[in-house]
Amino acid sequence: MPNRLFIWRGELTTRGSLTKRGLSFLSSGMLWLALFLIVPTLVFMALSFADRGEYGEIIWKFTVENYQRLMGYSVFGWTPDYLYILWRSVVVAGLTTLISVLLSYPLSFFIASRPPRSRYLWLTLVIVPFWTNMVIRAYAWFLILAPELPFAKVAAFLGLVPSGSALYPSPIAVYLGMVSMFLPFVTLPLYSSVERLDWSLVEAAQDLYSSRTRVFFKAILPQTLPGLSVGVVLTFVPAMGTFIVPDLLGGAKYMLVGNLIQQQFGASRDWPFGAAVSMALMILTMISLQLYRRRGEEIELL
Amino acid sequence: MKAAHPVIKSLALGTMGFLYLPLFGVAVYSVNKAEKGLLWKGFTLDWYLQLFSNEWILSTALNTLALAVVSTLIATVLGTLVAIGINRFPWSKKANSMLDIMLHIPVVTPDIIMAGALVVAFGLLRVLSNVFEPGMFDMIIAHITFQIAFVALVVRSRLMSIGHDVEEAARDLFATNWYVLRRVMIPLMLPGVVAGAMLAFTLSLDDFVLSFFTAGPDSQTLPLYIYAAVRKGVTPEIHALSTLVVLITVVLVVGAERMSRKKEAC
Repeated sequence: MPNRLFIWRGELTTRGSLTKRGLSFLSSGMLWLALFLIVPTLVFMALSFADRGEYGEIIWKFTVENYQRLMGYSVFGWTPDYLYILWRSVVVAGLTTLISVLLSYPLSFFIASRPPRSRYLWLTLVIVPFWTNMVIRAYAWFLILAPELPFAKVAAFLGLVPSGSALYPSPIAVYLGMVSMFLPFVTLPLYSSVERLDWSLVEAAQDLYSSRTRVFFKAILPQTLPGLSVGVVLTFVPAMGTFIVPDLLGGAKYMLVGNLIQQQFGASRDWPFGAAVSMALMILTMISLQLYRRRGEEIELL
Repeated sequence: MKAAHPVIKSLALGTMGFLYLPLFGVAVYSVNKAEKGLLWKGFTLDWYLQLFSNEWILSTALNTLALAVVSTLIATVLGTLVAIGINRFPWSKKANSMLDIMLHIPVVTPDIIMAGALVVAFGLLRVLSNVFEPGMFDMIIAHITFQIAFVALVVRSRLMSIGHDVEEAARDLFATNWYVLRRVMIPLMLPGVVAGAMLAFTLSLDDFVLSFFTAGPDSQTLPLYIYAAVRKGVTPEIHALSTLVVLITVVLVVGAERMSRKKEAC
């Protein structure tokens, strides 16, 4: 009943007038999101089923050709190239997440073991790269991997690369870039769990002669799981769609889905195909979020 | 807590080294005399001085700042209104979960998809008006679109934590809607609004993908400039510019940290 009087947070009012006032607060922002987020996304979805003209213009005629092409079917037969790019993006994101987790555990335990004063300093040191521009952090690896420096020289000595050549672009460079890019995304939420760890449980396990691995899996892992799972999602999802790291450090031979999308909006000027690839990435994102949700935890991104 | 095991300690220090080694390299080569190559030829600050006489870089820096300021201002107002609208009214469960989804879409969508969708949208809108040509206008719209949700989420969590006791007390004392908003709600949620605005500002300064997709020739930002320069080949000047950007980031992060700790104290 919209006109019945009732009390809402100390105010005598009706449901109708509250709704009206609430909507007036919501309307501007929601209208913005509808106009520049929801509608464009829907158009984008529709575009993935449209055709492309000779000069890159959009032809609004229903076709599933973009998806067929993504699956590898073309007039020349079947190639797994695009599917392989999708698969590689998942693998790179997965391995990046795994390595970041493996490095984040010692790091967050170390920070938590510092005295309170220097703990803030160490945390700030982890937060700074988190906020530093990705372009800078990606290209900074150019210097470390340059042919003049010891890393490339050692690799050349071992016969891994021809002498005098840089270690980028290469898969190794992509992994170095990705892990350094996303490590803070795992460390920061994980640290907030480690900080609150109940050490009496760890000590109890040790008193009862648990092995080290058993202490970790039975006493530490369950307690740090909330922070860990947030960190895993925060890393895996953006890592799959990342563009700048594979672009600068991977080159054309080690493309990820982000590069493939960018290519369609840049050089190739094939928007419908770009939209189809984006939909594939969107589906991968949804699946990973769904897997995370099924673990029964709410997404607490902030 | 007891001291960390030496193995844990060395792994942790190694990881920190891994995070900072590249940035350290950039800083070192920003003061190297050699114009080409990585051999150390002595200390110089010439590259920094050159930056300040490079008008293109200065105008790029100005673009970056203008984009961040304008988009943050608009997104902060819109995001705060949305947060109040969601938190302070008796919406049904269904409406609430709808609003929640709306706010989380921009947060979980990969930025490259949002950028692609906006490029297409602006492309189609260009039929209506040429203000949608790639450039500053498009960039501001794109930045606001992903900032709103972040501001709204931060302000909403602040509204949740302050509860509604003070608001109810004010109502019991016959405060009007406007009075409650101005004298109760706004002062109480201000720290949340500031935090949200700061987050939005940093996100805008940091953004590469959205700007890369929507920028025009006259609206280059610093990340775009660095990207374009790096693709042509790194120069000591770019190292100097990057080092400055990193230093500014450090100042902003430390400043924000200090502010949030002071807030906790009082």
